[in-house]
Amino acid sequence: MQPTDIKNPEYFHKVVDCQWACPAHTPVPEYIRLIAEGRYADAFMINWKSNVFPGILGRTCDRPCEPACRRGRIEEEPVAICRLKRVAADYKGDISARMPPKPQQKNGKRIALIGAGPSSMTVARDLAPLGYDLVIYDGEKKTGGMIRTQIPKFRLPEEVLDEEMGYITAMGPEMRLGQRIDSLKELLNESYDAIFVGTGAPKGRDLFIPGRQEASAHIHIGINWLANVSFEHVTKIGKRVIVLGGGNTAMDCCRTSRRLGGEDVKVIVRSGFDEMKASPWEKDDAIREDIPILNYLVPKEFKHKDGKLIGMTFEKVKAEYDAKGRRNLVPAGEPDQYFECDDVIIAVGQENAFPWIERDIGLAFDDRWNMPVVDETTFQSTLDKVFFGGDAAFGPKNIIWAVAHGHQAAISIHKFCQGEDVKDRPPTHMNITSQKMGIHEWSYDNAISVNVRTAVPHQDTHIALKNLRAEVELGFDDRLALREAQRCLNCDVQTVFNNTLCIECDACVDICPVDCITFTEDGEEQDLRTRLNAPSLNLDQSLYIANGLKTGNILVKDEDVCLHCGLCAERCPTGAWDMERTLIDVAQAGSACCTK
Amino acid sequence: MTFMAKPKFHHPQLQKNALGYTRRDYEGPVSTLCAGCGHDSISAAIIRAVYELDLPPHRIAKLSGIGCSSKTPTYFLGASHGFNSVHGRMPSVLTGANLANKDLIYLGISGDGDSASIGLGQFAHSVRRGVNMVYIVANNGVYGLTKGQFSATSDKGAKSKRGALNKDEAIDLVGMALQLGATFVGRSFSGDKDQLVPLIKAALNHKGAAFIDCLSPCVAFNNHDGSTKSFDYIREHNEALNSLDFITGRQEITVEYKPGTVETVTQHDGSRLRLRKIADDYDVHDRIAALSYMQQRAAHGEIVTGLLYVDPEPQDLHAHLNTIEQPLNSLGTHALVPGQTALDKINAAFR
Ligand SMILES: Cc1cc2nc3c(=O)[nH]c(=O)nc-3n(C[C@H](O)[C@H](O)[C@H](O)COP(=O)(O)OP(=O)(O)OC[C@H]3O[C@@H](n4cnc5c(N)ncnc54)[C@H](O)[C@@H]3O)c2cc1C
Ligand SMILES: Cc1ncc(C[n+]2csc(CCOP(=O)(O)OP(=O)(O)O)c2C)c(N)n1
Ligand code: SF4
Ligand code: SF4
Ligand code: SF4
Ligand SMILES: [Mg+2]
Repeated sequence: MQPTDIKNPEYFHKVVDCQWACPAHTPVPEYIRLIAEGRYADAFMINWKSNVFPGILGRTCDRPCEPACRRGRIEEEPVAICRLKRVAADYKGDISARMPPKPQQKNGKRIALIGAGPSSMTVARDLAPLGYDLVIYDGEKKTGGMIRTQIPKFRLPEEVLDEEMGYITAMGPEMRLGQRIDSLKELLNESYDAIFVGTGAPKGRDLFIPGRQEASAHIHIGINWLANVSFEHVTKIGKRVIVLGGGNTAMDCCRTSRRLGGEDVKVIVRSGFDEMKASPWEKDDAIREDIPILNYLVPKEFKHKDGKLIGMTFEKVKAEYDAKGRRNLVPAGEPDQYFECDDVIIAVGQENAFPWIERDIGLAFDDRWNMPVVDETTFQSTLDKVFFGGDAAFGPKNIIWAVAHGHQAAISIHKFCQGEDVKDRPPTHMNITSQKMGIHEWSYDNAISVNVRTAVPHQDTHIALKNLRAEVELGFDDRLALREAQRCLNCDVQTVFNNTLCIECDACVDICPVDCITFTEDGEEQDLRTRLNAPSLNLDQSLYIANGLKTGNILVKDEDVCLHCGLCAERCPTGAWDMERTLIDVAQAGSACCTK
Repeated sequence: MTFMAKPKFHHPQLQKNALGYTRRDYEGPVSTLCAGCGHDSISAAIIRAVYELDLPPHRIAKLSGIGCSSKTPTYFLGASHGFNSVHGRMPSVLTGANLANKDLIYLGISGDGDSASIGLGQFAHSVRRGVNMVYIVANNGVYGLTKGQFSATSDKGAKSKRGALNKDEAIDLVGMALQLGATFVGRSFSGDKDQLVPLIKAALNHKGAAFIDCLSPCVAFNNHDGSTKSFDYIREHNEALNSLDFITGRQEITVEYKPGTVETVTQHDGSRLRLRKIADDYDVHDRIAALSYMQQRAAHGEIVTGLLYVDPEPQDLHAHLNTIEQPLNSLGTHALVPGQTALDKINAAFR
């Protein structure tokens, strides 16, 4: 096999699986170490640079990093990465002085941003320090987009949202809140140098089954209803509520119902429990609030009497798998089930809608999905000065993806305005430093904690259900944060091998607690993976290969379950292994927000 | 010295043996020897051998003398019995223990100083008595623990780290073991676990005096140019006779080899040693031929490794002494102190 090119930042980046999985590539282990040291403000700034909304995301992120966390490969549960992020935000103190200063000089370019959700606000954050004149439009009166209108306050206090949106508005963009854009054509005439569309996926799907019209007074579309709750247009709901749908919106609807007077609230889902789209922890939180989740029930009819909703019938289905392993829901052959209720909330999906974009302005739409054609790397539309991001680009996702899109779109807009090729993407930087301080001293804590995942303390359910604004999760205190931070394996502290020093004494092979290291004859990857000291089943994780050894053997290190404990380096007599910290810095527009 | 404990986490696919133990369960605390010491690799090989043989840790007794090598029993088989005796006295302590309780598996760990210098007499007598044991000498050609003086196995003409020349003749422990009647003799290299692990497994199943001379470079004091026990020197001069697979009675032999290249030795307990021959005309059952072959190759500067000699029908000390089946330590006071009448009877027999 070809020896591994460890100079390519991508190689070690993939070993830091959490950072690799984070759409915004937040340097997770770096900030977790800072939290362990009690350096919360520093930890916050690392986050702020990458993901822009640490306090918001520390409570609401979909956390793609956690399933990727390498700790989950050697024990039950990953590090509570997301909740540690919240710790940084909760205890950082005043960091206003560390925010990038307003640029001395403007660069003469004007950019319009439509929508004040996380994608637009990220673009604004990245571009403001570069001297752009930014104009942000939103039909709503406040910033935040769906984070404000949809996410219930008991999951995200409004102060946190205000604070983190405030850091960006303080950078000086012109805020045209309450001003909806009704025609892109008209906006194009206003001589902006570029336009960013971050308008989200604002349309909730409806359910057209018998009785829908007749009973409509007590049937609500989930995202509209949540927005009305958020604006306090809606303050109560019936005692018996059925929520239809298995996603996170359904979970927010049912939990909100419990706080507005719903006593008998249930979630009814077509699919099985495990296939539900909602995150496992959201389901847990709902169940904890005495909300049963009923599965394999397909809505059939809204029952009504005298124009008033009285209940719903459902057909019972079961899952069958075809030869290709695809799941089909087929009638279970049982009698239909009927549930009485006073209100129904439909939370069965969300869609994009662009009625305000004319189809004759040169901005191509995909015929099948009726979605704008957007480049997946540059986020540019077919109209070169218009860029998309967030839920508006490729359909509903989540906040962290909106942020990631925002960073990429900002790079493109900057390049576009400077007359550069938007396809030419800036490279990732890697800073690598040895952690060796003495023969057995390392500048990171290499002892491996055996603690299991720390649970986040919750507000007492009785108290929580009484107040729509009472935050349910209370967050870690410093003691719990330290305990959890120590579970991190420091996967960014890499094992770096020097083939000229190795004497092939096997000391590293013998000491490695997880049998990562093998010295063996060269071969093709497929064959090599069968000859290692431990099964090498995770094909997504690369093998680290080095040759040039005296015996002609090669070194093969399977990165998959390495604990980054540094014992290989400690037991190596010649220093052929070193533990080196990699700081991987994924490029942002003009790198203006680098604050380290 | 490493101060950190080895993390408890192990590879998620780490296999368990028939007793439900993983290889990690046979470890001890992290070694305090110099990083890279060959002795640590021997410890790792012992751990693998015992794990693969499904041996219960509490059925093993590990005994040693003094030296870096003799410290190693602390670092493997943490759940086994252990006795760290005085310098060169492991063989007599082991013999005594074996006499008292023949049910345990005895693993004697020693060094070239411990066995070829101060303990030479002890070594010789335990071998000639045929004590049922595995006797491993971790042979680095120096007194490692006392900072690298030449030991009695150091080759004539070898240079110390400081450049001093060794003028004394080396003691060849393998040759002595063959002469003294060891029924299993092997030589190996700490840096070749593929060879060492099956050799230790075969020795552990051998019911007699099994001796393994294991070359084990001392990275601190004997791994320089001019040393004949360095990683480089051993790798350059290693002549493997055969490679060995150890197969317990239960296992089936699955891989087939060309006739003539493989010899299967069936031991008393039904276990089999499968030798893949490298030197075709070498006969592992001919003690005298083994001795002369060893010396011939040594004269050419070659270090012969592999299984050198095995007697498939060995006899041990207990057979020589005709002791009873039951381990002596499990006999009650009544059997051990039969009383005046019995004594009178014995005395009468001498009148
Ligand atoms: C109930 C619910 C709960 C959710 N919970 C989570 C969660 O816990 N974690 C998570 O990561 N994600 C969550 N999401 C998803 C998340 O809110 C979105 O993915 C994210 O907000 C998308 O950001 P965005 O910038 O693309 O647009 P949005 O946040 O949707 O913002 C778009 C903004 O554009 C404005 N706008 C639209 N059209 C126009 C126009 N023509 N002119 C002017 N302004 C316009 C809108 O008023 C809105 O403010 C949830 C979504 C819902 C519905
Ligand atoms: C009776 C006695 N004499 C001398 C010593 C000093 N001494 C300690 S270890 C050692 C040599 C050990 O050499 P070896 O058995 O080869 O072990 P190594 O350290 O090389 O593995 C000596 C001479 C001692 N401990 N006890
Ligand atoms: S750091 Fe070294 S010893 Fe520790 S798990 Fe990784 S490869 Fe093994
Ligand atoms: S411990 Fe060091 S010298 Fe020994 S094999 Fe490993 S890398 Fe090579
Ligand atoms: S001194 Fe030599 S024999 Fe002793 S531990 Fe160090 S390397 Fe091993
Ligand atoms: Mg020695």
